[in-house]
This record gives sequence, C-alpha cells and structure tokens, in this order.
Amino acid sequence: MVEHGEIRVVHRGGSKLTSRDPVFSSDSRFLLCASGECVKVFSTSTEECIHDLRGHTELVTGVLLRPSNHLQVYSCSADGTVRLWDFTDGILIKTYVIGYPIYSIYASANHEGVIFLVTPAQSDKRSEMFQLVAVQLPQSGDQLVEARELSAVLSDVSSNPAAIVFGRGGEYIASANGLQLEVYFFKKQKAYRFPLKEDNKKGGKNTFMCVACHPKDDCIATGHEDGKIRLWRNFNHKKEYTYSTLHWHHSAVSSLCFTPEGTNLLSGGIESVLVQWRYNQESQRDFLPRLGAAITHIAVSPDGALFCTSHSDNKITIIQSCVKVSAVIQGLVKGESVRTDLMMDPRSKSLVLNGKPGHLQFYSLQRDKLLYNLDIVQQEYIHESGLQQFEVVKAAFNASGNWLATVEERKQKAAELELNLKLWAYDEQTQSFVLNTTISAPHEAQITAMCFCHAADSQTTMLASTSKDGHFKAWQLAAQAHTEDEGPSWSCDFVGAYHDLVPECCCFSADGSLLAVSFQEVVTVWSPASWELLTTLSQPPGAIRDLCFGRLSCSKYLLGTSANNLLCCWNLLTCSLEWSTSMDVSLLLADPLSENMAAFCCQAGCTDLFVFKPSEPRPLFSRKEVCSGKVTRAVFAPREEMLESCEESSQWLNHSQLYFLTQYMDLMTFTTKAEEDRLMASSKQLVIDDSVAMTPFYLLLGKHRQQENQDSLGGMSAERTPLPQGSVAIRELLQTPAHVLPSTSYLCSMFVQSLLISVTDTREENKHTEEEMESEKEEEDSEGEMESSTRPKESLESEATESAAPALTKAQARELRRVKKLDHSWLAGLLDS
Amino acid sequence: MASFKPTKIQVYPKLGEKVTQDTLYWKNYKAPVQIKEFGAITNIDFSPVAPHNFAVTAFTRVHIYGPFSQEPVKTFTRFKDTAYSGRFRSDGQLFVAGCEDSVVRLFDVSGKVALRMFKGHTKAVHVTDFTSDRYQILTGSDDYTCRLWDIPNATELTTYQEHTDYIRCGVTSKLNRDLFITGSYDHTLKVFDARADKSVMTMDHGQPVESLLLYPSEGLLISAGGRYVKVWDLLKGGQPLVSLKNHHKTVTCLCLSSNGQRLLSASLDRHVKVYNTTNYKVVHNFDYAASILSLALAPDDESIVVGMTNGILSIKHRKSLEESKEISGQQKRRPSYRVFVKGKNYVPKQDDYLVSKPVKQHLAKYDKQLKKFNVSKALDTALERKPEITVAVIKELDRRGTLKNALAGRDEQGLSHLLNFLIGNMVDPRFAPVLVTAADMILDIYQSVIGQSPVVDRQLLRLQELLEREIDYQQDLVEVLGMLDTMFASSLPRKEVPSLPQTVELSLS
Repeated sequence: MVEHGEIRVVHRGGSKLTSRDPVFSSDSRFLLCASGECVKVFSTSTEECIHDLRGHTELVTGVLLRPSNHLQVYSCSADGTVRLWDFTDGILIKTYVIGYPIYSIYASANHEGVIFLVTPAQSDKRSEMFQLVAVQLPQSGDQLVEARELSAVLSDVSSNPAAIVFGRGGEYIASANGLQLEVYFFKKQKAYRFPLKEDNKKGGKNTFMCVACHPKDDCIATGHEDGKIRLWRNFNHKKEYTYSTLHWHHSAVSSLCFTPEGTNLLSGGIESVLVQWRYNQESQRDFLPRLGAAITHIAVSPDGALFCTSHSDNKITIIQSCVKVSAVIQGLVKGESVRTDLMMDPRSKSLVLNGKPGHLQFYSLQRDKLLYNLDIVQQEYIHESGLQQFEVVKAAFNASGNWLATVEERKQKAAELELNLKLWAYDEQTQSFVLNTTISAPHEAQITAMCFCHAADSQTTMLASTSKDGHFKAWQLAAQAHTEDEGPSWSCDFVGAYHDLVPECCCFSADGSLLAVSFQEVVTVWSPASWELLTTLSQPPGAIRDLCFGRLSCSKYLLGTSANNLLCCWNLLTCSLEWSTSMDVSLLLADPLSENMAAFCCQAGCTDLFVFKPSEPRPLFSRKEVCSGKVTRAVFAPREEMLESCEESSQWLNHSQLYFLTQYMDLMTFTTKAEEDRLMASSKQLVIDDSVAMTPFYLLLGKHRQQENQDSLGGMSAERTPLPQGSVAIRELLQTPAHVLPSTSYLCSMFVQSLLISVTDTREENKHTEEEMESEKEEEDSEGEMESSTRPKESLESEATESAAPALTKAQARELRRVKKLDHSWLAGLLDS
Repeated sequence: MASFKPTKIQVYPKLGEKVTQDTLYWKNYKAPVQIKEFGAITNIDFSPVAPHNFAVTAFTRVHIYGPFSQEPVKTFTRFKDTAYSGRFRSDGQLFVAGCEDSVVRLFDVSGKVALRMFKGHTKAVHVTDFTSDRYQILTGSDDYTCRLWDIPNATELTTYQEHTDYIRCGVTSKLNRDLFITGSYDHTLKVFDARADKSVMTMDHGQPVESLLLYPSEGLLISAGGRYVKVWDLLKGGQPLVSLKNHHKTVTCLCLSSNGQRLLSASLDRHVKVYNTTNYKVVHNFDYAASILSLALAPDDESIVVGMTNGILSIKHRKSLEESKEISGQQKRRPSYRVFVKGKNYVPKQDDYLVSKPVKQHLAKYDKQLKKFNVSKALDTALERKPEITVAVIKELDRRGTLKNALAGRDEQGLSHLLNFLIGNMVDPRFAPVLVTAADMILDIYQSVIGQSPVVDRQLLRLQELLEREIDYQQDLVEVLGMLDTMFASSLPRKEVPSLPQTVELSLS
C-alpha cells in the first residue's frame, strides 16, 4: 500500500452557526458566533464573514464580550481552554487553560477578572451533572496561561447556556434546571431555590427551558416546555416570591431576551414567530411571523436597535427594531439526513442538496456560502413537531443545467403516499428555476432512483425514474398538442417492467444510447430510442445497489455493486463480465470529466476510498479509514481550472474534486499539497487586498499608493524625491477630469503629503540644481555673458559691501549664490589648467 | 420574514371539448328565440331571395317569418289537414306545400289563396319541390309514387312508381331540370331522369331514408336514415363514400353551411352535429330541448332555425362583430384601463429618490383564515367555492394536521352541508383520495350522533348507497380489465425474452 502523504482529507465548511447564541459587538456593527472549531465575525450590515478566529481544537461552546474591554472577546471550547481575542483584527491575545471541557461561559461587569464557566461536575468528566464555577483569570503577560483555580458557585446546573443568566449587572445569578429555579446572590452569598410542581394536567410540562433577567428591575423571566413564560418577582425572599404567567407559544419556549432598557421581552420557539411582549403591559404583543425555522436563540444589540435570531436551519436573522429583516446569515442547512443525492449545479457550480424542509439549497463550495434556497414544495410550512411534511427526496439536473427534476413525497400512516414529480426549467431572465410541469402521483409507490439522459447533443431531454411499484418510466419533453397552452411540458414516454421485480437504480450511458435499469439481481439494458430490451446482465446472488456507466474511453463498461459485497464490471460489447472483485461498496460514483470511478467501501465501521479506472486492474488511489461510519453521499465537483499535478497518485484530482458527507453530516474533501499551498498564498494575498474593494477609484488611486510606497522606499535610499510637479499623483490629479476624482477631503492628505516631502531641506538643494541648470543654459545662449557676468559680480560685491547692514532680499541672495557657483566653476577650470 | 404561501389549488387536466376555430364560430350565436307553433315542425325552408324569409311548416299551417321578426309576416292556412314540406321557388315568388289530404297546393308568396291545386296522389304528400327550370313541381307521396307536374296547366307530367314504401324525401337538381332524387322508407335512393321512364340509379341506404341533400356541385349526395348519415358519389355511379354514425337516434334533417365546408345533421336525439366535409369529423355539437324534426341555416349562416317535435321553433341569430366583443366585455366588468396604468407610467426623474413599495399580497378568503389558523371557518368558506378549491383546502388542512378540528363541532346544518359536498364529489376520481380521508374522519367524529337527525341520517344512507354502487363499478371495471389483459396477451406474438448472457454460466462454472 502506497502512502499518499500529499493528499489529505479536510473538513470543508458548512459547520453549524447556531449551536450557541450569537453576540453583538458593542457598536452593533459586528456579530460574533461560534461555528464549529472557530468563532466567526460577521458584519451586521453586509452579512459578510470578516474574520475567522481559529485556534480551538474542539467545538467552540461559548462566545462572550469581555466586560472590561468591548473590543475583546472570550471564547470557550470543549477542548478545555478559554481564549481571548481581539476580534476587530482577528488576533489571539491569550489562552487560558482550564483543563475541563467547558459548556458555556458567563461574565458580568461586577466581577472584574472573573469568568464563570459550566463544566462537568469534577468527580467524573463523563457524568451528566454540571456545575457553575468561577475562575479568577491570572494577570500575566504570557500567551498561554494556566488557570486552575476554580471555585464552585452552583452545583447541579443545566448544560444549556440559556438556563443561566446574570441579573442586574451581576448582583445575582439565576439558573434553571429541570423543575427548579435557583437564584444566587453574590453579596449575601446565599442561594434561594424555587421549585415548581410537576403539572399533572394533560400535556402540562413545567420544565424550565430558558431564563432571562430584567436589566433594571428585579424580575426573572423563565420559559417553559409547555409554552408558558413566567415572570418571577420578589425572589429575594424565600417565601414571598410571586410569579405571573404569560402564554402564547404552543410549544416550548426556546429563548427569551430582554431589550437593554428592559421595556420589551422577546421570546421565540418552534413556531418561528418572534414575540415581543411589553414589559408591565403583557397583553400587548407584537409578532414577527414566518421567520423560516424554529428559533433557537435571540440576541439584542446593546443599543437595542437590532435583534438577532438564530434558527434551527443554521440561519441567523438580523432584524431591525422588530419589523424588518435586514440581513440573513445562512450556513449550510443540515437536516437529520440528506435524502437527495449530493449534486452539482452545472450552471452555478454549486453543491445542491435538500436543506430546509421542502427546499433545495444551492451552496457555493468556493465561498462557503449558501447561494439560495429553491422552494420545491411551495406550501406554507407549519412549524409544529410531529407533523408529516412534504420532503424533497430526489433531485436531478440534466447535463446543461437547464432542467431540474425533483420528487417530493409525504407519507402518512393510514393514508396514501403522496408523490409529486416536478420539472423545473432554468429561466435566464430571473436566473433561477421556474416550475414547468407538476406530475402528481407519477408512480404508485416510492421512487427509488431518477436520472437524466446526459447526452450533450440529443435534441430531446429524457428523464428516467424507477419506483417500488415495479415499473420504471421514461419522461420526455414534448410540445403541447393544443396550441392555446403555453410551452412544452413533460409527459410519460414509456413504462417498462421486468418480471414483476422492483427496479432499484437506473443509469443512462454517456451518449444516451443505453439505459441500464437494475431489477434486484438482474441488470436490464434498454434502448431509449426504440424501448427495446437489449440484454440482461446478472451476477447472482445479491441485489444490485449501484449502477454506473463508464465514461470517455471506458464507455463500454457498466459497473455495478451488489448487496453481497461484489463490485462487477461488465463489458457491453461482449455482454460478459469483465472483472469482479469482492468489496462492500457503499457508494459508487463516476467522475463526469474523466474515466475515474470512486468507490467508498465500508469496512469495520470505517470507510475506505478506492479510485480506479474500469479498464485498469490497479486502483489509481486508495486510502484506508477516510472517516468513521458509512459514506452514502458524495459528489465529484468539477474544478474551475485544471490542476497541474504530475504526481501519479493525485492525478485523479486534476479535473474534479471529490466531496463527501460523513455519517455526522460533515462535508469533507480531498486536497493535494500543491493546492493547499496555493490556497494559503491566495488567502494571504486576500488579506492584503482586503482593505479596499476593487473599484475604479481603487484602480486609479491604489496604483498611486503602491507607487508612492515604492517611491518612498526609493526616496529613502536615494535621499531624493521627485519635485511636486513631477509627482505622479499630482500630475494625475491635474490631468484627470474633475468629475471622476474622489472627494477633495480624500485627495487633500495625499496632496499635502506630496508637498510636505518637497518642503524638507532636500528641496532647497533641488532648487539649487534647478537654478544652476537654468543659469548654465543662459551661459550657453550668449557668449558675451562671460564678460558681462563679471560686472554684476563686482557690482554686487560692491553693493554687498555698501549695504552690509540691511538684509539681502531673496532675489539678491539667489543672485549672489549663483554668482558664487559660477566663481567656483571658474576657479576649478583654472586649477585644472 | 417570508410571505404566506397560499394554498395550492391543483390544476386538473381539462376534460371536455377543446377550443377550436369551429367552436368559436358555432358558439358565436345569441341566445335562441323560441316560438311556439301548433304542432310538430316538419319542415323549414329559407327563401332564396333577400330578405330571406323562411317558411315553417307545422300542423295545418305554414308560417312565413321575416329574418328578425318573431311574428309571422304571412300565414297560409288553407290546408284541410296537416301540411308538409312548404318550399319556395328559386325566385322566391311561388311557394308549394304538400298535405295529408294528398292535394299539393301552390301559392303566390304575396297571396293567400292557392293558385293551383295538384290532385292525383292518393295518400299524404310529404315531398314537394320545384325543378330548376321553375315550371315543374316534383312531389313524393305515401302512395309510393313520385310525380312531376306542370305548373301552368296544373297537369301531371310523369309518374314513377318504383319505390315500395313511403317516399319521405326528395331533392331536385339545381343544374339540370330533368334530374331529381327521391328517398323512401324502402331503404333506397333513386335517381330519376324525367326524359327516361325509369330510374337511372338506385342506391341502398340500409335504413328508411329521412332526408336527402345534394352538394352544390351535385357530385355528392348525402342521405340520412336511421342513425346513419351516408355520402354517395353520384359521378362514380352511386358509390358509397362515407358512413357516419354520430347520433344515437334517427337522423331527421340535413343541411349544409353556406360555404359548403360544414355539414349539419339534426336528429331525434336532440342534437345537431356539425361535420367537417373534408374529413367528416364532428367539429361541433348543439344541444336542444326536444327531438329535432327540421333544421335550416340562413344564407351566410346568419341564423340557425330548428323545429322540434314539441312544436317549438328555435331561432339562433349570429352575433354581430360589435356584439360579440361587447358581450365578452360585459361579462368581465373590470376597472377601466386608466385605473391600472395610474401612476405606473410615471418615469422618475434623475434626482428623484425611489421608494420601493412592497407588493401587497392578495389572498383568498380561505387563505386569510388559514393564515390565522381559523380552520373551521376556512373549511366553511371553501365549501362555497368550486370543488377543486374545497378539496385543495381539505388537503391543506389534512397536511396541517387540523382537518379533524375543522370537521368537528358542527351542527346539523353544517354537517349536512359537508355531507352534501361529499355525496356530490366523493366518487370523482380526482378528489377521491382526499375525500375518503375526510369522510372517514367525519364518520369517526359524528358516530355518536347518528340517529338523532333525520336529515343527516338520510344523507349518510345516500353516501353509503353511493359508495356501494361505486365499489360495484370498480369491481366490474377490474373484471373488464382482466378480460382485456387476456385478450391482449393472446393477441400479442410471443416474443422470446433475450436469454441471459454467458455471465451467468461463467460465474456459475
């Protein structure tokens, strides 16, 4: 086995943005959120990610602005460290090693230099018990600081970060766990516990979900699993506490938040409605409905102008004063499972998979950004748990990206399966897909596979679908019979079956002349032109799992994997088995741009990857233990520019890149060393260029700046700067039309700078040389000058002697200097002679 | 904040007729004018000259109507018994009609008293016509004879006694004064030449012949009898060209449209069918209230006049151009053009600040109620709409998991409303999958109150009956399907399934 050191499996984007609540910077220009192993800094106005604070080695579990310095931020992670960052520049300032996995972080202005962390109860790290500890952060200049002095504040707290909160600037801390609310007063060093009775009414669940404290009043709001919000008051007495109940949510309240002035209380839950309650006038509520998915966290900017809600579909919405959604930061949506295959949109070169319920998401791999969600189901989504919704289960693009076929299904118990096959045409004008045909109930049972004919030159587009009802159908685009109707639409062209067996997968050959459909153990090959059954291939026993035609030079091969761990390759010219090998292939896919095929094999809980050509016996590349668990979704993404790799083992990555989804829904890819280097270089370059956007003004002025930089460098060495008139900036300034110039305030500094350089003493020297040259010219012009030049000298000398007391006028002084110079040259000439 | 997505109303494939050029043409008539006559209207004939009055023969009278009047402009009443076959001469001056009393009467259109009476037939005369030279009259009678009469002398010229049953239709050639064709209940059509003493051509229609029609070119002859309309090629010696069977009762009358492109046939099955004369396909269909005995088209298809057995004369006039436009405009009374373009055509000036206004989403009433989660109200609203919409809303409620809530808690009236809808639409294959679930739920919910309201009980029984009948139908259909399958299977040539390739043997060996 050859070791391929240069090809690495790397994690590629799409980590969860909404695991912890996001934090606004104090000027509310930035939003910080924990995303996987890093903290991302987003701009609240442009939605762009400005910095990635990387350093943690495990999941980041909390982000917190440092109370004493609002330009610094703490982040805690399950790796047992707390890191302090300068988020405006993206610099790691300090690392505090705590030594225990941390689940959340809190701090308040009252407690200088102390942070509060939730860690597992110290007895054993794996227990379900958590405690809140205070950590005194040591003052030390080192980068890496050990902070092992932990003092427990509260024991038995919830690991949910929303269940602990500081009240009134840090006077007390409230923690909710299970059916108990605990308030700890720091001054009195005393904790009060307020247990709730388990509600015995039907459906009543009193469990605490989240806690929020009023910033001014002594009031704690708690959210409960049954959708109630309780406002607790007078809780500094054990007995005389009171609470009032607000009820609007029909299921659990997942997040609560007071606005900074305490005038409003925000709450959210699975209904995906942001509810704004007026404090002390609770009957008045404002709603912001249909935010897209269940609300998991709510945050408010320090000035109260911006709200921000995190949603379960990996989205952060920024809302302006509870009326308008101003920005949406959307990550890769990860459902419980990817039911569609991973696909590449041939037009936008983006990864396509199902995301939000009833949607397909288009995700740009290059930019790690969700481009858009395409609404497939086009129905109002009801945010209620336990409701059977329409799900997009299959999708396919044709080769040019003009057509998209989707299948949505909804299965209710005791009701018929609802299936819809939809065909979407790409609309150039709107640059998106437009519904062309809806076929309701295309099959009587679930569709097992669907594929487009990928022939580039075929006039008609064809789609094949196989279903558990024992049929496969071919769909074709046909013009309408009646001219009154709009355009062409899709209709069924052929229905095929084979011995009442259930078809599992189908595949068109690269030129579209063959359709292979596998019926359990048998592979049938059909001609789409005449719908004749050409041949059947079988390799008993074991049902066929995957079918794939070879491409380019290997197009005579048909590959299939079977349930009894066989990978078979048939030669279609001889209709015989070319070779077969025994391996448990969980996924087989072909690179659309080369002959290569990739096979993911599942072995002992790990997945191995083999890349091979059907015509060659040796694999091009193999890698053991790519990841743990089974890989069932992968895709070859065509590269934008071909990689020039001469290494034999990494040649298969030249045309396209292989992306795959692991069991835990992580998107991974393979990269080569060269590519990584290039990526690093480009990212560095990006950092430099990042400061100014590429605008015409930048092109105009940025050039000057660079030139200036060079000039100044050159000037340093040569101790000589060009004259003001000669400065490129000035010349450009004078020559470019006034209306294309940037504002004068911007140009002014440059102009002044250029002047400043010429004012230094070098300038005088320059002047000398200039005048010298002028005078020399004069000399050359007239021969009589030589004699006459002596006269002014004498007269000047006489003048100088005459009026020694009065200061020389400038002109006179200049004259004098010139004469002196002249004298020197003369003398020099005499000396030489 | 995404906007509310309205309920999706499924578009079902349109059943019924397609809109073609023909449907547009033949639908472009006004609502019919109906005039009650004294008896069954046996014949309608348009005057060949303007203003194209038409003679309607009904019972013992012949009324002549003007093109737009609803009162007869003239009436001939001097018949002793039922009159038949009132016809105009080609100059529109003279008028002839047969009678049950076997006397044929000739009238001046402007006069009242018969100018001539042709006596000779022994039984009722059902067929009269002028020859093309205008001086002779052809008559056909129930005494199996057809005769030619001279008008000036009122004398009988020739008698042909070749038919063996009643002669009920006949037509004279417009090009040759000696040629005429008769059709009889003895199933034959005979072509006579007055110069010969025998029929020159005989064709067998196969049914008692009710009506005859010659093409303007007179190369083709159309005959109607029984349920058949047949076309004969006279130039090929009476060869049958086409046999049409589009009516399910006896075809009584034939008529050509003014340009000769369309053929109309009227039948006792109360339909008038319009055929394309190039391919003889039915292109349009008119329905009438009673069995049709006579049909005539005004020149230029300006009006369709139909006489029925119940004595009702139905006249449909063609809409004028303005009218057809006006009517369609009236049907959809919309705000004027100005309202729509108001402010839209304002072009912003260069330094204007544009404030984009969100487009207001218009929602149907049931959608508004669904948006507010008022499920019962939404269902009530939808029940008043088209069944497609109702079913879509029921489906949407089912998807939301609130169909049970929407169906429950109804009083007798509400429940019977719901059951009515189910009875009406339950067996529609388009709606059945959704409505079966709803019906199940209704039965579950209202199980306990069965027997309390006679209205609801009756409706439930009807529903049960309906379902039982539907199950029977389905069973029958499955049987038929099975029969068809066996038939197809036996008729298909047995094709060898391609034998499994060598791979099997290879892998086994």
